[in-house]
Amino acid sequence: MNFNQWALALHVLSAFAYVGGIVLFWVLVVAVRRVDTPEGTLRMAPIVKVGNAAVGIGATGTIVIGIYLAFALDSYAIWNGWIIAALVLWAISAELGRRTGAAYMQGMDKAKELDAAGKPDANAELLALNRTSAGVVLHALTSLAVLLILLDMIFKPGAP
Amino acid sequence: MTLASIAHTHGQDVALFLHVLGAMILVGGLLTCASSLAFARGDVRFLRLGYFSLLAVALPGWLLMRIGAEWIASKEGWNDKNAQTWLNIGFIIADAGGLLLLISLIAGGIGVRRLRAGKGTGLLKATLVLSVVLLGAYVVAVWAMAGKPN
Repeated sequence: MNFNQWALALHVLSAFAYVGGIVLFWVLVVAVRRVDTPEGTLRMAPIVKVGNAAVGIGATGTIVIGIYLAFALDSYAIWNGWIIAALVLWAISAELGRRTGAAYMQGMDKAKELDAAGKPDANAELLALNRTSAGVVLHALTSLAVLLILLDMIFKPGAP
Repeated sequence: MTLASIAHTHGQDVALFLHVLGAMILVGGLLTCASSLAFARGDVRFLRLGYFSLLAVALPGWLLMRIGAEWIASKEGWNDKNAQTWLNIGFIIADAGGLLLLISLIAGGIGVRRLRAGKGTGLLKATLVLSVVLLGAYVVAVWAMAGKPN
């Protein structure tokens, strides 16, 4: 395998980490809807960290290695329409992902607050924060943006 | 022939899209399963979450990935005689991984049933180990399919 083959393999592996993290967060989005205690919410924190690591490594790897490949491979150019579309979609997905994280952190912060105040019982406000509809919509939009990137990468619209 | 050139015929594009999407869902399901089981510390909710991630996410992902792979292989006329190294790695890991996934689902399913009686954590630990092994194997498969070593 030459250097560019390794780069392509790492680019694709990064994409798998990115989508894998998004899938993990979908499971947590569904699971947290039934959680109304600080303890139950805080127990999800280590799994959230795994998801954050996967998304962070995946998002960084795809963009950095992807841009390198656009310059390194003769058959591709950074100004190709499908590559520009992927870059724009990547930026959109990153921002939507950041907002999704912020929406769900409200529940986590509330759980920490209740835990620190010595209130371990079920809390209606915490449940409402864990069931954030804005978070679900943002995560759905993030997933849609990433799905569009995948379609763009495979179909390469406008590529010679 | 590279995967990129294969992808330039539209029938193949759809098959490749399903194959890759399925594989990504599979990896996501395995990652969720392994994380939930690893951090469960005996908490039944997280043990169940881990198992159901495997059943409801990883298994459909594996099926989609395998259907996509078979579709591409039939369109390209790939078989055991003309298969290249990267293709063999992909097929072997996909199929052996499917068997391991089935074993981990059965072990985890029995484990989840036994949780009601306060047992089953050992079987779910086995499911955790298998899911980590599967995750590692599929990382190798993705590396082989994307990098195409000779």
